[in-house]
Amino acid sequence: MKKNMGTIRAINGNLITVEFSDRVSQNEVGYAIKDGERLKSEIIRIQGNKAFMQVYEDTKGLYIGGQVEFSGDMLSVELGPGLLKQIYDGLQNPLPELAAQHGFFLPKGVVLEALDGKKKWTFTPLVKKGDKVRAGYFLGSVPESDFDHKIMVPFHFSGEMTVESVAEKGDYTIREVIATLKNEKGASIGVTMSFEWPVKIPISVYKEKILPREPLVTQVRIIDTFFPVARGGTYCIPGPFGAGKTVLQQITSRYADVDIVIIAACGERAGEIVETMREFPTLVDPKTGKPLIERTIIIANTSSMPVAAREASVYTATTLGEYYRQMGMNVLLLADSTSRWAQAMREVSGRLEEIPGDEAFPAYLESRIAEFYERSGLVEIYNDQTGSLTIGGTVSPAGGNFDEPVTQGTLKVVGAFHGLSRNRANARRFPSIDPLDSWSKYDSIVSSEMVEFGRSFLFKGNQVHQMMMVVGEEGTSQEDFIIYLKSEFLDHVYLQQNAFDKVDAATSPARQKYVFEKINEILKTDLQFDDKEGARDFFYDLRQKFIDWNYMPFDGKEFKEQEKQIDDKIKMVTKDEKSL
Amino acid sequence: MKKVYDKVLSVSGNVITVRAENIAYEELAEITTSRGKSLAQVIKLEDDLVSLQVFAGSRGISTQDEVRFLGHPMQVSFSDNMLGRVFNGSGLPRDNGPSIAENVIQIAGPSVNPAKRIIPKRMIRTNIPMIDVFNSLVASQKLPIFSISGEPYNALLARIALQAEVDMIILGGIGLKFDEYMFFKNTLEEGGALSRSIFFINTASEPVVEGLMVPDLALAVAEKFALKGKDVLVLLTDMTNFSDALKEIAITMEQVPSNRGYPGDLYSQLARRYEKAVDFEGAGSITILAATTMPGDDVTHPVPDNTGYITEGQFYLRNGRIEPFGSLSRLKQQVNADTRKDHRAIMDGMIQLYAQFLESEEKRAMGFQMSSWDKKLLQYGKLFESQMMDLKVNIPLEEALDRGWKILAECFSPEQTGLRSELVKEFWPQEASQ
Repeated sequence: MKKNMGTIRAINGNLITVEFSDRVSQNEVGYAIKDGERLKSEIIRIQGNKAFMQVYEDTKGLYIGGQVEFSGDMLSVELGPGLLKQIYDGLQNPLPELAAQHGFFLPKGVVLEALDGKKKWTFTPLVKKGDKVRAGYFLGSVPESDFDHKIMVPFHFSGEMTVESVAEKGDYTIREVIATLKNEKGASIGVTMSFEWPVKIPISVYKEKILPREPLVTQVRIIDTFFPVARGGTYCIPGPFGAGKTVLQQITSRYADVDIVIIAACGERAGEIVETMREFPTLVDPKTGKPLIERTIIIANTSSMPVAAREASVYTATTLGEYYRQMGMNVLLLADSTSRWAQAMREVSGRLEEIPGDEAFPAYLESRIAEFYERSGLVEIYNDQTGSLTIGGTVSPAGGNFDEPVTQGTLKVVGAFHGLSRNRANARRFPSIDPLDSWSKYDSIVSSEMVEFGRSFLFKGNQVHQMMMVVGEEGTSQEDFIIYLKSEFLDHVYLQQNAFDKVDAATSPARQKYVFEKINEILKTDLQFDDKEGARDFFYDLRQKFIDWNYMPFDGKEFKEQEKQIDDKIKMVTKDEKSL
Repeated sequence: MKKVYDKVLSVSGNVITVRAENIAYEELAEITTSRGKSLAQVIKLEDDLVSLQVFAGSRGISTQDEVRFLGHPMQVSFSDNMLGRVFNGSGLPRDNGPSIAENVIQIAGPSVNPAKRIIPKRMIRTNIPMIDVFNSLVASQKLPIFSISGEPYNALLARIALQAEVDMIILGGIGLKFDEYMFFKNTLEEGGALSRSIFFINTASEPVVEGLMVPDLALAVAEKFALKGKDVLVLLTDMTNFSDALKEIAITMEQVPSNRGYPGDLYSQLARRYEKAVDFEGAGSITILAATTMPGDDVTHPVPDNTGYITEGQFYLRNGRIEPFGSLSRLKQQVNADTRKDHRAIMDGMIQLYAQFLESEEKRAMGFQMSSWDKKLLQYGKLFESQMMDLKVNIPLEEALDRGWKILAECFSPEQTGLRSELVKEFWPQEASQ
């Protein structure tokens, strides 16, 4: 077959203009050829006989008149068993494999197999000859990590099909045909355990999408109790640099109660994803007792890697998430950071000389952000099982100012907002989620009355604090002063959590409910003090005891003893006790 | 193959255009003008129209000057003979030494495969408590110093360079004032470190475009030395000048500016340089310390803002001191657990109390009555500033931690500090208890 070729006519940064004579299509992939290197590129605009392509690699050395080979396909990823534990770049090249072949540096124009074609998987059929199937139906399963990885009818197949034959239980590679299906027109199609799917098209072979209700437990107290996330929901974490976004994402990726976590390191520091890459194989998942990496896929397109691939990496990660959701699993996608993804769009938009919107972002920024988050959701698949894809994206607003296009575009479409505050970070109050500004539309693990009651103290405490800054402590009534101390107490012992302590880093829902109830009791109790000094000393001491308590394993002997000390201490200053 | 053209079509800012064929993107050219020769780099290709940024600036370029394409991108030599030498932004000697042409390497090479990176674990001790105790520096870290013009950031860079345990120092000066350049040279010479240093200097009197190449030159050479097993410290000063040079070129090229005139790819451009910081498994490492001046002391200015998102923390230098707020070493958690078990507690506890001190200080300034708690905080704040924050303090980490406990004990009772009881039991100075 004759190859569809084009000629480079202009080069500007990572954008090349290619003259073509045959047929090309939007988002089609092509390869710019230079000294045997094949630089992957994507068509992002077509005008007359010219295609504008973003190159996924450094364009240094390309020249006018150079050749481009069009592939006829859109940018796709390969789906099949073997995705878990992988570390990919934004285009699904396995990075450890690249390192093994090419050493320290990332080679240009090298494309490797995304999935190992030689590895044998133990296939167990779930259908028999004569069964009627559609796209997304399970044909069989193979064990992958701790899961049954379902082998499904490829998603691009349409209509009802009949199973003509299916392989017997046994070991196969992903390249071997494991079933033959006959479609409505009577044609037989062989199916292997893997297939390709274009990343920019959402996978939607499920029965229906349903409203997310069940909380996704992260074991971060301020999130689960105050600003919860639902399985299948969306949330965003905007914050200035240094506010602890990344630590929060790392903690979530470790402790979140889901089957699979996909981490998309999009245009961020390489060092951060390296921590995850190196530590996850050694950290044990408390739920399964296996290394955390077994349930993780990492997409690493860090800040020094080519910009266009950064744009693709978010879609790659989402597609993998949707694939596992189709098997009835709960998937969490953490995208860090969506601002870098938006900036990649801006760079390309600028080179295309599109009319810029706010801060030079393209006019379609908001709709792209909405499309991305809308790929999340709780879905019911054909056999009435449910699967979910939860998306949590960090946003890195310029100057830490939330009034910028990416933050605003994100807030419109997400279900929970965890706004990080520089002031809290400066005061070392971590996680630095601002308890006054943040919100969530999902249900908490504790009753909403208790959450509201707790929050009301934070608001009142903040008001008193503001007032004290003006009128001083002596101008504040003792009653108000105690409200302030109570809100500070709640902040220190519950909202703040030490991510680097083994026990405190993860608080189980049971413990959260237990401790939060105790705090609610304290907040409700009318406490009696002689003066402000006495009140402050009391609360500092109580806080100390509570923080020590947080570091003790739940329900142990030590835990009980400490609790008794706390209870006794409170009894000493309770009004009712005194009046008795 | 050497291609020579002698018709310059346009000169705009420091960018010229010529018509030429078979030119590669980012290829170098040499322009011969009446004033001498200058290098230029291809930054845009459109059919046969080639745009080049001229390193020596476009001043005096005539429409009939000769443009000779060299057929390769920007290169630099790499050899041990470079130690102790000074080069300019085109990689040519600016001392009177011989030019070095051996071992030519390309600059701005590919990025390191994240799968080959390792978690940094080696602390670089500086004997500055505000760094060692509160924000430890780690080998392979990239860290800028945010400050306003006039702050002694270059003095701080030089001091860290001298005291840090590294094999080599590479200084990249972008728009560096002549005095500052001499200051670095003299300081390193007096400290006996000049023979293990290489300078790439673009001074303020030279064209800014030439400064654009300095970080790439410095980092390309650093990378080669690191691969040979050396621990290299790269100092870049001042990266705001570098960003301004990018801005100048972007505007000349009529790119749509994103924020205050800076190009939309400022983040990627800075990241490409800073991400060269690395610890090679089984070889050496590159640590980058940069100066970033904040115009108008505004951290939300695009340059410090984008930098902060790229680097692994930042030091704020204000009033000649490293500010505890905002200053952050993101890698400190990797090393400060293994120093001494009270390290983290002292680090967090002292800063929280210092934050409260500032509030009390504000109240005092507004004339409010000081409670006994406020008075304690005021006493604490003063001690903290004079015995810890002052840049003159030059003591090892352990001594600094002991000093921290002493300051706390002088001002507070143990439970007021919020420190964990078991640490208090072990480290609280006995003789100083109130």
